[in-house]
Amino acid sequence: MTDMAHAPEAHAAEAHAHAEEAFIWKYVFSKNHRVIGIQYYVTAMVMALVAGLLAMLIRLQLAWPQRDWGVLAKLFPMGYDVGGGFGVMRPEFYAMLFTMHGTIMVFFVLSTAPVSGFGNILIPLQAGARDMAFPFLNGLSYWTFFVGCVVILSSFFVGAGAAAGGWTAYPPLSALKGAVPGSETGQTFWIIGMVFFIASFTMGGLNFVTTIINLRTKGLTPLRMPMTLWAMFLVAVLGLLAFPALVAACLMLIFDRHFGTSFFLPTGLVLNNVPLLGPDGKTFLHQGGSPLLWQHLFWFLGHPEVYILMLPALGFTSDILVTFARKPLFGYKSMVGALWAIAGLSFIVWGHHMFVSGMNPYLGMAFAVGTILIAVPSAVKVFNWLATLRGARIRFNTPMLWAVGVVSLFISGGLSGVWLAQSAPDIQLHDTMFVAAHFHLIMAGAALFGVFGATSYWFPKMFGRMMNDTLGKAHFWFTFVTYYGTFFPMHYIGIAGHLRRIYDPYQYEFLKPLQPINQLITISALILGSSQILFFVNFFWSAFAGKKATENPWQANGLEWTTASPPPHGNWPGPIPEVHRWPYEYANPDFPKDHVMQHEPLTAAEMEVKAAEGPSRHEH
Amino acid sequence: MGRLQGLLFALATVALVVLATFYFTRPWLPPLKSDRIAIDHAIWLSLVVTGAVFILTNLLLAYFSWRYQDDGRTRAAYWHHNPRLEWSWTLVTALIMCTFLFKALNLWAAVNAEPPADAMLIEVTGQQFAWNVRYPGPDGMLGRTDHLLASQENPIGLDKSDPHAADDVLLLNQLYLPQDRAVRVQVRSMDVIHSFFLPNFRVKQDALPGMTVQIWFTPKETGDFEIACAEHCGLGHYRMRGQVHVVPVAQFDKALADAAVQ
Amino acid sequence: MSTEVLRKPSRPGPHRGGEGGGEPGGDGNGRGGPEVFFDPGRFGLWLFLATLSMMFVGFTSAYMVRRLAPDWTPLRPPGLLWINTAVLLLSSATLEAARRRLRGWNPAGVSPWLTATGALGALFVAGQLAAWRVLAARGYFLSGSPHNSFFYMLSGIHGLHLLVGLVWFAVVLVKARRLAYTPGEADGLGMFATYWHFLTGLWIYLLLLLFVL
Ligand code: HEM
Ligand SMILES: [Cu+2]
Ligand SMILES: [Cu+2]
Repeated sequence: MTDMAHAPEAHAAEAHAHAEEAFIWKYVFSKNHRVIGIQYYVTAMVMALVAGLLAMLIRLQLAWPQRDWGVLAKLFPMGYDVGGGFGVMRPEFYAMLFTMHGTIMVFFVLSTAPVSGFGNILIPLQAGARDMAFPFLNGLSYWTFFVGCVVILSSFFVGAGAAAGGWTAYPPLSALKGAVPGSETGQTFWIIGMVFFIASFTMGGLNFVTTIINLRTKGLTPLRMPMTLWAMFLVAVLGLLAFPALVAACLMLIFDRHFGTSFFLPTGLVLNNVPLLGPDGKTFLHQGGSPLLWQHLFWFLGHPEVYILMLPALGFTSDILVTFARKPLFGYKSMVGALWAIAGLSFIVWGHHMFVSGMNPYLGMAFAVGTILIAVPSAVKVFNWLATLRGARIRFNTPMLWAVGVVSLFISGGLSGVWLAQSAPDIQLHDTMFVAAHFHLIMAGAALFGVFGATSYWFPKMFGRMMNDTLGKAHFWFTFVTYYGTFFPMHYIGIAGHLRRIYDPYQYEFLKPLQPINQLITISALILGSSQILFFVNFFWSAFAGKKATENPWQANGLEWTTASPPPHGNWPGPIPEVHRWPYEYANPDFPKDHVMQHEPLTAAEMEVKAAEGPSRHEH
Repeated sequence: MGRLQGLLFALATVALVVLATFYFTRPWLPPLKSDRIAIDHAIWLSLVVTGAVFILTNLLLAYFSWRYQDDGRTRAAYWHHNPRLEWSWTLVTALIMCTFLFKALNLWAAVNAEPPADAMLIEVTGQQFAWNVRYPGPDGMLGRTDHLLASQENPIGLDKSDPHAADDVLLLNQLYLPQDRAVRVQVRSMDVIHSFFLPNFRVKQDALPGMTVQIWFTPKETGDFEIACAEHCGLGHYRMRGQVHVVPVAQFDKALADAAVQ
Repeated sequence: MSTEVLRKPSRPGPHRGGEGGGEPGGDGNGRGGPEVFFDPGRFGLWLFLATLSMMFVGFTSAYMVRRLAPDWTPLRPPGLLWINTAVLLLSSATLEAARRRLRGWNPAGVSPWLTATGALGALFVAGQLAAWRVLAARGYFLSGSPHNSFFYMLSGIHGLHLLVGLVWFAVVLVKARRLAYTPGEADGLGMFATYWHFLTGLWIYLLLLLFVL
C-alpha cells in the first residue's frame, strides 16, 4: 500500500469492494490516525489488565508471604506449589511477576496509551492536519506493536517461564541461563518483544515529529501550539534519540546470551561454585566485559523513558486544567520552556540510578548536579498550574478531577526525587520501597491519571459520545484515595529499609514489624485494582450507548473542537481551519463569550493593537 | 453537586497533608549504628524543606479548588502572565536546589574519601545466595584468589599456595566489626550483581562480578544487626541475609577466632 | 521502512499535507491547510537516519569503554576489507553519476549507472561475507576476543542495513527503467541516494573506529 491508494480513483475503486473487505481496511488495517490511536489505546488497556493482575498477586505475596492460596494455585499452577494442595507462591513466579509487571506497565501500557494512543488521536486534530504524515507507516507501527505484545505475553508460557531479571534486566542475571529460570527462553522473548516495541515506537516517533514540524495548519506557530502538542513533539524526539541505545544494548545482550561474546560479562564468573569455563575447559568462557556498561546504556534510555511516560500527562493536564478553570494558562512560555528543559536535562541524569553501582564517584557527582537541576523546571510547572487555578471559575467535571489529581501526584512524587537526587541519602534509599513510592506516584500515577483524564476529556473525539460523569467521578474517587493509600505508605517502609523485589521480606528481623503496613497497602491495592472495573464499564458502555457529543461539549478552544465528534475521515469536512491565536483565550473581558477559539479571526480591535505593537511582539 | 467535588478534593488534600506529615515525623530510619550521621541529617533536611513545599503547595491546591469554583455568573480573572513572579519563583527554587547540591556534593565527597590509614581491611564477596566474609589475619594481607579454583569447599577460589592465604579468616554470612575503628570493606561478587546493604550503618554498595569496590565507615555501637542483599540476584535473593556483630575492639580478635572455629 | 519513504518526492506545494486524509474537497482549497516547511518524506528519512546514528553512538560508547580496558587484544583486519570499502565508495560514485544523467535530461542514461550501483552493493555484501570467512579460517571467531565480537557484530548490522538498501534499490531500478523519474528533476532518486550514501559513510566510520583509531 502506498499513498496512491488515497488518490480519488483508488477511493472509487474501494467503494466497489465487498463490505467485509471494507471493514478490514477501515478498522483492522486502518491507516486513519484516529482508528490507529484507538487500536493502540485499547491494546494498551488490555495489557494494563494483565499487568494489573500481576501487581495484585505481588501485593498478596508481600502481605501474607507464607500463606496457602488454594484458589490461586488452581488458577496459576505454574506459580504456586500445588503438590499436596499446598498453594504457596514460588519464588521464581514472584520474580517473573515483578519483572513482567514493570516491563508491561512501563512500555506496553504507559508509553503506549498516552503517546501512541492519544498522540495518534490528537496530533492531526490539534495541528490541523488531515492525517499523520505517513499513514501507512502508522498502521505498520501499530501491528509491529501488536506483535511485540503477543511475544511478551507468550513468554509466560515458554520453557521456564517469563523473564525474571527485573524490568531493568541487569546482566549477568539476565545473560546467564543458569542464574535464574527466567533467563532461559523467557529473557529471549523479553528482548524480542522489546525490539518490536522499540521499532514500533520509532515509526510512531518519525510520524509524530514529521507531522508536527511539517503539517501544521496555517497560523499555528510554535508558540500557539497547545501544551499537549508540545509534549507529544518532545516525547517523540526523546524516543527517537534514546531508544536506539537500548536497541544497541539488547543486540549486545543477545550476542552475549547466544553467541558466547562478552560485552557485559566479566572474566571469572562462577555459578553455583562451578567456574563457567569455555570450550577449552581451562579458561573462562566470558572475558573482560562490563556489567556496568549495560546499566549505562539502559538508563541512557531509561531516564528519558520515564519522561516519555510523564510529558504527555503534563500536556493533557495543562489543557484540561485550563478548559475547566475557564482561565488562561498561566505562564505559557515558561511552561513550554520547562518542557524543553526537562526533556533536555533528561539526557544527562541517567547516572542517578547508579550512585551505588560501583560507578566512579566523580561521575556520581556530575549526575547529582543534573538531577537536582531538573527539579527547577518541574517546580515551575507546579507553580504555573497553581497560578492558573488562582482566581479561576473551576468546573469539577470528571476530566478536571483527574487533572488536579495529576497536579497532586506530581507534587507528592516530585519532592521525593529531591531526596534521591542527593547521592548520599540515596545510599540508604536506593533499591528500597521509597524508590517504588517515588516512581509510582510521579511516573506511573501521573501518567495513569493523565490517561484517565484525557480519556474522559477527548472521548467525544474518540467515539462521538460523552462518558458517564457520575461513574467517572466514582472511578476517580476510588482511584485517587486508594492510589495514595497504596503508594504513599511505601515511603515510610522504604525509609525503614524495606527492600524492593523481595519475595518474603519477613526473613529479615528488621522488616518483620512492617508486615501490618504491607497488609494495609495490599488491601488498598486490591480496592484500587477492583475499582478499575468502574472505568471499563464506563468506557465500553459510553462508547456504544453514551450521550451523543456535540462538536465542542466543554467550550474549549483547540482546533480539535472545531470539527464533528467524532471527526470524519480527513478530520474536517470542509477546509482546514486557520489559526489566529493561542489556545488558552478564556475569560478575556474584551469578548462577549468567555472563550475564544483558536480559529476565530482577530477582531478589529485586536488588529489595531497588533498593528500598533508591531508584527510579532505578542504571539498570542 | 458541582461545588461538592471541589470541597471533597480540598478535604482529601488536607487529609493527605495531615496524615503524610504526621507519619513522616515518626522515626522510620533503622537506628543508626555507624558514623554516617551526616546521611541522616541530609535526609532530615530534605524532609523539612520538601515537607514545607509539600504542605504549602497542597494547601494552595486545596484552597484554590474549594474557593474558585464556577458560580455560573462571573468570569475568571484574565491573568496569565507575570514575569516578576515567574522569575522569582524560578530563582528561589534554583537557589534552594543549589544549597541542596552544595551540601550533597560535600557529603558525597566525604563518604567517598580515602579511608584512614589504620582502617581494618575486610573483604565481602557475594554469591548466590550468601555473603563470604574474609579477614586478612595476623599478616594483614589478603591471600590471592583465583576464580578458576572456586569449588564447593572453596567458594571464593582462595589460592592456598599463596603464603598470605594461610592465615586468612573466612566466615559465611557473619560479619564481625570492631567498635569505633574504621573498617574498609572490599565488595566483590562471584556471579551476578548483589548489593551489600547494612541498614543500620547507612551502607549500601553493589557487589559486581569482575570488579572490587572499596567502601569504608566506622561502627559506633556494639550489638547484632543484619546484612541484606538490596539488588535482585535470583530466586534466593530474599534470603541472602547475614549478621553483623559489632564488638569492642578489645574483644574483637577473640570474637573472630571463636566465630572462625565454628 | 515502508514504501512510504520510497514515494517519489513531489515538488513542494503549500497544501501537500492533506494527502493522508484524501477526503474529497479536503485538499488545497481551504484558507488554512498545512504550511509545509520541508518535504515530509525527506524529513522523515533524515529523522530516521538520526535515530540510526544514535544506535551507533551507543555501540561506539560501548566500544570505547571496552577498548580502554587493559586486556585489549587487537584484531588484524583482512586486506579484503579495504577492497570492499573501495567497492562501496565506487557504488556511491556510480549512484551520483546516475543522478547526474537524470538532472541532465538523459533519463535513458540513468539505468546503466544505477545497475552498477546495485551490483557494486551486492559485491560489497559478498566481499564482507568473504572477509568473515577469511577471519574464521585464521581462527578469529565471533566470541574469540572483544575486538572480534565488535567487528562481527557491527559489520553484520551494517550489512543488514545494506541488504535493506538493496531491496529499495530494486524498487528504484524498476521505476527508473519505466522512466518514472522526471527528466531534469533536481532531486530524482534523492531519498534512495541519501540512504545509500549514509550507509557508505557509516561503513567508513566503522572502519576508522575499529581499525584505524
Ligand atoms: C523532580 C524531578 C525528579 C528527580 C530529582 C528524580 C530523581 C530520581 C532519582 C535520583 C532516582 C534514583 C533512585 C534510586 O534508584 O535510588 C529516581 C528513580 C526513578 N524515577 Fe525519578 N526523579 C524525578 C522525576 C521523575 C519523573 C518525572 C519520573 C517519571 C516520569 C521519574 C521516574 C523514576 C523511576 C521510574 C525511577 C526508578 C527506576 C528503577 O530503579 O526501577 N522520576 N528518580
Ligand atoms: Cu531517572
Ligand atoms: Cu540479592
